[in-house]
Amino acid sequence: MAKYTLKVNGKTFKVDVDASTPLLWVLRDHLHLPGTKYGCGMALCGACTVHLNGAATRSCVLPVSSVGKSEITTIEGLSEQGDHPVQKAWLEHDVAQCGYCQSGQIMNAAALLKTTPNPTDEEIENFMSGNICRCGTYLRIKEAIKTASGQ
Amino acid sequence: MKNKNTNSGADTLLAEHMETDSGGMLRRHFLKASALVGGGLMLRFSWLSGLKPMDKMVNPNLTEQGSQLNGYIQITPDNIVKILCPNPEFGQNVMTSLPMIVAEELDVDWKNVVVEMGPHDNVKLGPQFTGGSNSVRMYWTPLRNAGASARQMLIEAAAKAWSVPASEITAKEGVLSHISGKTATYGEMAAAAANVAVPKDVQLKSAKDFTIVRNSKKNAEGPKIVTGKPLFGLDYWQEGMKIAMIEHPPAFGLKLKSFDASQALKMPGIVDVFSLKLYEDGYEQAGFDTRTFNDLLVVVGNSTWEVMNARKKLKTAWEPIGETKYNVVGWRGDKREVVVPAGLESTSAHLEKMAAYAKGAAKELRKDGDPETAFKNAAQVIERTYHAPFLAHNCMEPINFFAHVTDEQALLVGPLQGPGWIEPSLSKILNLPPEKIEIQMTRMGGGFGRRAYGHYMTEAALISRKVKSPVKLIYTREDDMTYGIYRPMYTATYRAALDANKNLIGFHVKGGGIPEHPIHANRFPAGAVDNYLAEGWEIPSNITIGAFRAPRSNFNAAAEQSFLDEVAEAMGKDPIDFRLELLQRAKTNPVGQNNEYDADRYAGVLELLKEKSGWGKPENSHKKRGVAAYFCHNSYAGHVVDMVIRDGEPYVEHVTSAMDCGIVVNPDAAINMVQGAVVDGIGNALYGALTHKDGAPEQSNFHNYRIIRHHEAPRNIDVHFVQNDIDPTGLGEPPFPPVFGAVANALYKATGNRKYMQPFTVEPPNTQG
Repeated sequence: MAKYTLKVNGKTFKVDVDASTPLLWVLRDHLHLPGTKYGCGMALCGACTVHLNGAATRSCVLPVSSVGKSEITTIEGLSEQGDHPVQKAWLEHDVAQCGYCQSGQIMNAAALLKTTPNPTDEEIENFMSGNICRCGTYLRIKEAIKTASGQ
Repeated sequence: MKNKNTNSGADTLLAEHMETDSGGMLRRHFLKASALVGGGLMLRFSWLSGLKPMDKMVNPNLTEQGSQLNGYIQITPDNIVKILCPNPEFGQNVMTSLPMIVAEELDVDWKNVVVEMGPHDNVKLGPQFTGGSNSVRMYWTPLRNAGASARQMLIEAAAKAWSVPASEITAKEGVLSHISGKTATYGEMAAAAANVAVPKDVQLKSAKDFTIVRNSKKNAEGPKIVTGKPLFGLDYWQEGMKIAMIEHPPAFGLKLKSFDASQALKMPGIVDVFSLKLYEDGYEQAGFDTRTFNDLLVVVGNSTWEVMNARKKLKTAWEPIGETKYNVVGWRGDKREVVVPAGLESTSAHLEKMAAYAKGAAKELRKDGDPETAFKNAAQVIERTYHAPFLAHNCMEPINFFAHVTDEQALLVGPLQGPGWIEPSLSKILNLPPEKIEIQMTRMGGGFGRRAYGHYMTEAALISRKVKSPVKLIYTREDDMTYGIYRPMYTATYRAALDANKNLIGFHVKGGGIPEHPIHANRFPAGAVDNYLAEGWEIPSNITIGAFRAPRSNFNAAAEQSFLDEVAEAMGKDPIDFRLELLQRAKTNPVGQNNEYDADRYAGVLELLKEKSGWGKPENSHKKRGVAAYFCHNSYAGHVVDMVIRDGEPYVEHVTSAMDCGIVVNPDAAINMVQGAVVDGIGNALYGALTHKDGAPEQSNFHNYRIIRHHEAPRNIDVHFVQNDIDPTGLGEPPFPPVFGAVANALYKATGNRKYMQPFTVEPPNTQG
C-alpha cells in the first residue's frame, strides 16, 4: 500500500492503495465517482475513459502510481452544470439507449474536439473506434459530435 | 414429464409464447383516488387491468391480482405530475414512453411531468418484466384508462367548485377552462379531485387527437446519463459494503474439486474465501433460475482490485461434473426433469454432431398438404443448410448485484429484467417471506435477454448471508463472457420444390440446435405454400443457453430470408416481388389455421421498404443490396442493406428500414431503437461467435470476441414506420432478426458467394463480384 495525492475534477484527494491499482478502481471504489465505468479491464471498450491533462485515457489499465501530478477529469467534472457542448449535443440527439457506455463516449468525444475542433466522419470514426456501444448508438454519437463541434 | 435435453430449464419458451397475441381484451378499470399529504391528488390504478389474455400466461395469478392498485399518478398543488414507471429500464426507454401514454390521456404539459422508477412489488405489481417487446403493448390500455380517469375527475372537481356543468369545461395541457373564461391548473384542483368519485367509464382520445404520444420526447434519464450519475447496479454503493467475486470452472462440464486459499487470504484487503452451493440438492428450480455452475468459489474483500488480485493466488482443482439431473418448474407450473449431459464439448464436435442429427429423425411441428409427394414430383429441388454459433450477450455493464441479507430481511439492488421471477426462489432459498425481501431495480447497462436469468442475485444474497455484511457481487468481463446462458447454436436445412413452371409447390424446413431447435412452425412462409413441412431436433448439452434479443427469430430470419432469396433467384423473380406473391396467397387463400402473422401488415412493410429504398430503380442498379423482412413479437420489420467490400471486409454503408409496430409512442426514440437493432444485427451477423474447445469458451473479452465498432457501423440508417392506428405492438426485438438475412443477401450480391455459416467474416471474403 502507498499513499497518493490525486487531482480529480479540480479537487485534491488522498488515497492509500496498492501501487498497481488502476485509476478506474480508485475513482469508483475509493473516491466514489462511479460515472467512469468498468467494461473490460483491458482498454478494449473505452467505457472507463477519463481525461489525463486533457487527453483521453483508459483508466482501467492506468496504475495509480503512474498518474503523478496529472490533472484527472471524469464525467462528473467535465462541466459544473452538465452543460459541456458534448453533453448538450448528447441530449439534443437523445443518443443514449441503455446509457452505460455513454460517459466513456462523451469523455472520448470531448477529448477529440480539443485537438480536432472540426472532425470529419473518418476522424470521428477512427478516434471513437475504441469505444464500444452494445446498443448501437454510433450514428447518433457521430451526429452529436458534429453538433458539438458546431458543424 | 422428462425433458430430454436442455440445460437451461430456460424459459426461452416463455419469450416465445409471450410473442403471440391471441387477441381479446378485458376492459376492467381499477382506480382509487385519495388526497396527497400537503394537498393534491393521488390516483392509484392497476397496471394490470385491461391485460390481454395472453399476458396472463406470463403470470397465471394475474386475473385475481388485477384488482390490486399498484400504479399511481400524483398531482401536487404546484402542478407537478408524478408518474411511476413499473418496468425495469435497459435502454428500451420505457421510463419515458410509458409515462407519455398516461400524460397523453391526462392531457398535461410534458414539462411538468416527473417520472420515477417504481418499487419492486411482486405481490401488487405482478411481473415487472422487461422483455418480449411487451412493455408498451401490455400497458397501453391500462395507462390510457388511468390518465383519462384522472382528467375526468379534475373536470368534475372544477365543475363542482365553479357550480357549472362538467360538459362546459375543457382540460388541456394541465389547465382546466370554463367557457366563462375561468381557469385553474390541475394542481389547484387536485385536492378537490381526490374527493370526486372515480368514473366508471371514460372516453379515450381518438388517435388523431394525440399531442404527446407520437411526438418525440427526450429520454427522461438523459441528463443523469450524460453527467455520470450513479444509475446502474454497478454504481450502487453502501457504507461498509464488501466486494465479492466468483471463480467459476474454466470449462462447461467441470466443477470445483478442491481449492487452497492460503495465499489468496494473505493478500491485502481480503476478508474471506469459501465455497458454497447456489442451490441445495433437490432444489426445484424455477424457469429463470438457470445457472451454469452450482459450486461457487467466492473471494470477498474490501475493494474490487484487491479481490481481482487475490483471485490470481487461488489454487484450484476442477473435476468433471458427470451427468446431472434436476427438476424445473416452468412458468406455467409445469414440472420437468432436466438431464444435463457430462463431457467437455467442442465446436468442431458440435458441428459434426449437428450434421449427423440433421440426417436423422425429427419431431414434426407442422404439416400442410402432402409435402412428400410435392418433393417427389418436383422438377427442381433447392436445398440449403445454414448455421449460426452460440452468442454471448456482452451487456456493457457486466453482471453484478448488491445484497444485504440478515436473518430478518434482505435488501437487493441491481440490474435484472424480471425481478418478480427470481424473488420467489430467493424467498425459498433464504427462508424469508417475500415482504421481508426488498428488491430495488436499477437502470440496466444492457440486457438483451441475459438479465432475465437472475442466478447472480441469488448468488449475491447467499454470499452476503455467509459473510454477514452488505456485499456487491461483480463478474469481470471474462467471468461474464465465459459463464454461459448464450444464444443457442443453431442449424436449419431448407428445401423448396418447384414445378416445371417454376412455381413453388413445396416447402420444408428441418431445424436443430444445441440444446434447442429454432423453428417457428407457424410463421411465414407457412400459410403461403400448399405443401409444407416443419420439423425440429435437439442435441443435449451442458452449455447453458437463454433468451437473446428475439430468441430463435434471430436465427430463423437469417436462414429463411437467405433461402427465400435463393429460391427467388432460381425462379427468376425479384426477391421483394416473390415475397409479396407469397403473402398475397397467404392473405387470399391461406393454407392451414394457425398462421401467426397478418399477411397484410407483412406486405405493407415490404411495400414501404420498396418505395423508400428505391428498390429496382435504375439509379440504384449498381448497388449491392440485400433485402429481408420478418415477423416476430407482434410486429413486422424489414431492411434493405447496401454493402461494399472495403479493405477486404464487407461494410454496410447504408440501410433503409421499415417497420409496422402499430402506433409509435415516441418516434425519435423508436428510430434510435431500430437503428441500434440494425447496428447490433450487422455486428452479430458479421462478427459474433462464442466457440468452445474441450468445454472452455475460446473467447473471453473484446480482443477475441469482436463487437461492431464506430467505423464499422453504417453512415446512414433511414427508418420508416407504417402509419396506422393499431394499438402498439412490439419494438425492441422485431427489427433485429431481419438484419441478419438482409446482410447475408447483400453479401451474396457484393461477393458472388453465398455464406451459410455465421459469422459471415470468419473466412476472408471473396472480393470478386
